[in-house]
Amino acid sequence: MSGLSLPAWTMLLPIFGYLAAVVAAILSVNGKNALRPVSSLITTASALIGVVVAVSALLDNETQTLRGWELFNGIQIGFRLDSLAAFFLLVISFPAIAAAIYGIGYLDSAHEPGHAAAQLPQRAGIDGAAGAFLASMSLLVLADGIFGFLIAWEAMSLTSFFLVIGDGANTARRSAAYTYVVMTHIATGFILFAFLGLAQHAGSFNFTQIAGAAGSLGAWQRDATFFCALLGFGTKAGLIPLHIWLPKAHPAAPSHISALMSGVMVKTAIYGLIRIIFELAGPGPRWWGTVLILAGIVSAVMGILYSLMERDLKRGLAYSTVEHLGIITLGLGIATLLFNDDRPELAAFALFAVLIHLLNHAAFKSLLFLGAGAVQTATGTRDLERLGGLIKRMPRTAIFVLIGAASISALPPLNGFAGEWLLFQSLLKLGGSDDTAPIATLAGIGAAALALTGALAVACFIRLFGIGFLAQPRTDEAADAHEVSKSMQFGMGLLATCCLFFGIGVTFLLRLIEPVVAQLSADSAPPPVLFARGVSTDSLQGSYAPLFVALGLVVVGILPWAIARGLFGKVGRRIAPPWVCGFRIETGMQYTATAFSKPLRLMFQFVIRPDRTVVIDHPDSPYFVTGVHYDETVRPIYERYIYDNLVRGLFGFSRLIRPMQGGSIRAYLGYVLVTLILVIVLAR
Amino acid sequence: MDTLLVPVQILLMLFFAPLVQGVIKTSKARWQMRHGPGVLQPYRDIAKLLSRESVQSDKASWIFTLAPVVYAAALMSAAVLIPTISERSAVTGIADAILFVALLALGRFALALAGLDTASNFGGMGSSREVTFSALIEPAIMLVIFAIALPIGSTNLTAMAGADIAAVAKILAFGALLIATITETGRVPIDNPDTHLELTMIHEGMILEYSGRPLGILHWATQVKQLAFLSLLAAIFIPWGMADAGDHSISALGVGLGAFTIKVVVLGLLLGVIETSVAKLRIFKAPDLIGFASVLGVLAVLASYVVER
Repeated sequence: MSGLSLPAWTMLLPIFGYLAAVVAAILSVNGKNALRPVSSLITTASALIGVVVAVSALLDNETQTLRGWELFNGIQIGFRLDSLAAFFLLVISFPAIAAAIYGIGYLDSAHEPGHAAAQLPQRAGIDGAAGAFLASMSLLVLADGIFGFLIAWEAMSLTSFFLVIGDGANTARRSAAYTYVVMTHIATGFILFAFLGLAQHAGSFNFTQIAGAAGSLGAWQRDATFFCALLGFGTKAGLIPLHIWLPKAHPAAPSHISALMSGVMVKTAIYGLIRIIFELAGPGPRWWGTVLILAGIVSAVMGILYSLMERDLKRGLAYSTVEHLGIITLGLGIATLLFNDDRPELAAFALFAVLIHLLNHAAFKSLLFLGAGAVQTATGTRDLERLGGLIKRMPRTAIFVLIGAASISALPPLNGFAGEWLLFQSLLKLGGSDDTAPIATLAGIGAAALALTGALAVACFIRLFGIGFLAQPRTDEAADAHEVSKSMQFGMGLLATCCLFFGIGVTFLLRLIEPVVAQLSADSAPPPVLFARGVSTDSLQGSYAPLFVALGLVVVGILPWAIARGLFGKVGRRIAPPWVCGFRIETGMQYTATAFSKPLRLMFQFVIRPDRTVVIDHPDSPYFVTGVHYDETVRPIYERYIYDNLVRGLFGFSRLIRPMQGGSIRAYLGYVLVTLILVIVLAR
Repeated sequence: MDTLLVPVQILLMLFFAPLVQGVIKTSKARWQMRHGPGVLQPYRDIAKLLSRESVQSDKASWIFTLAPVVYAAALMSAAVLIPTISERSAVTGIADAILFVALLALGRFALALAGLDTASNFGGMGSSREVTFSALIEPAIMLVIFAIALPIGSTNLTAMAGADIAAVAKILAFGALLIATITETGRVPIDNPDTHLELTMIHEGMILEYSGRPLGILHWATQVKQLAFLSLLAAIFIPWGMADAGDHSISALGVGLGAFTIKVVVLGLLLGVIETSVAKLRIFKAPDLIGFASVLGVLAVLASYVVER
């Protein structure tokens, strides 16, 4: 199959579309209410064009460049659509379609008790910022030089900052936005170091020319570039312990924006890492891969553990994003290790795993965030302990969220399993390909960690869906819930359908991303998934055929019931109250989210370290207790041990140098004199 | 002929599973100086349940009705993948160890949701404990799979069945997988499958609200899961007697069937011995045993790597 062979200028069409959406949003500020959805509709159309351009470019397998314009001093801003950029354009665009349609209905509704829906000026701001956000992300992957990349990066950070802070009235959102903007600028600083080092070595800001000069980079400069890139892109990707902004910022934004931030924005950091490791800083030493694998394992396990402890729906999903970015980093580490070891065919296999998992995560994480937004719209709360019984009141939302939860738990034949299966196979190839025992052990430990996070993810999403949607409502707000508007359902349904199709059609996806892997690893490896009929009888390679699995499940599942029906005929079904030891059932009897994760909290307490306080009131005598107060808080360990000390040290240092600003003008004149003398001496 | 082996395996798993359960229960009874209800009792129990009307909680939703279907489908599909009588059948191409583990997770997902759906506290407790223990044991299972798969470079179950790896690694991996079997089938010392007490309810807690035909199917599927684990142990660690790939003669298949029966019965008796000789662990001491299984798994990976070089 080949693409549409679109001309090079079409790569900018989605961006112009998003900018048109921004203009439409600005123009609608003082307009009629009927104009409200116009900006979102333009965004949807632009995202659809983005998908078409991206898929066409992947099928055509040709790199297209577009000359931009020259800024000054020979710095060019141009655009390049190669296979990697096309893939990331696809990852950016398809959740945007769903999020934009969803946003039409979402912004029409109120989300908190006592607050009204967003009115036109505020809504125009959100729609406009969303359009600018998508435009900057698309520009990021299309940029062919450092300048374009950094401008788009900064635009992405700023637009998302405005989306997180909203109208600035809410203290929690302000604090989240400030943490976010500080961390993202620290990250940008590191990225700047990395890129400028490369540019200075190559003598140009253009990516193609830097890639050409990558072979002659000095060893320490290569390592320094990788280190800075890891810290910079790692912060944006949410690697522990650089992720502290993620659980604060992602829940604070409007839900369709959270979906884009979690499903798409963090992937741009992976895009940057892939560019640096595989193209711009060339093959490096082995420790790069090992560091990425270890960082990935830590992020994955701790991310899902903290997600299990959260009662806020969206913060739990944000921690789950940390977990999946850890898994993607683990895969990237395997690919890096094999690539730096000069084993491109095995590296290609690992890259397939990374890219497929990245695409699938965009699908199901966006779906889950849209579902969380639907729950908040319907009930007014995000607290799991206040929900329940929503499956009977919001049946279609429940089905969509169930598909999302099953996908993220890596259950066959949905899409999450394909990515994890490929990752396990990559680990197997890593362990089997090497001559040193440490790498085999690393592969084994990586597999054990991946299995642990997979099983913990199953627990986490059983908890999320089971406590949130099943059984009885725990509060009146949950009992009064109703199904959300059609546009919100359509957005969720679109992503749920993507999850189903990406799961069954994984072979098609692999063929689609073949050119990306070929470009990165300089080796055209055939897609690794083989249907059962195609495997030769001699080589029993592991293979996965999702269509057969799905059909097999259906056929085999009917069998016991058919036998029972055949032997014993039809039986009836009565409805009656559940058995709770003879009592009348009350909503307080059902399990709570905190109780559900208690065994895991206990067993992993050496990692989580919850703070437990129990206060027993006995005013007259210790034998007559009048009340018991129980409090258990989970304060993340990186906050307690790393960031608190860091902040304390920073404030201590500030206090130390405060005497310098004594207010005495003679002292200030003295500083100016000293500085002047120093500058004259040094500049001589 | 390879295709015919698939329905043969399905029927084999379906109709052997209650027999294996009966063997384990009768052996435990005899060791406890009781007579026991007989080896065929599970058949009678399932038949009784399949013919009864079911009662459903008025608080439950369609998840409760659908869960037994998904659970049975997932576990039956997992059981079909394991090579039992013959090394090769039509599904051998897709018989992957990781798919096996994931299908078990699919079944667990469905049942755990059903446990929460009933709005009773027993269901919630069962679901909570079930997902906790399975989360803890999955790394050990994955390490065992890797210990066998790393030297041969494939996670295909048939390839793993004939794997030629160091004896030390096999012993360590067998220990880890045995503990995993005990955990996944809910036997002493992790859970007591014979009672419905709160303290011992992991699996029983989740299915407490089920009755009649759905309960019969759930019990049947759980017994198939038990048989699947025992077949996995047999296929990987004692693969002798299986008919060769492509050999469809009645004698070879008959020998395979006989060997499979003996292996599974012996492993069942082993489970019965373990259940009779140790006491059930306190639930928050169980992670110590499961952690020990993970350690055995890591050692197996190392051993399979180091010893052969």
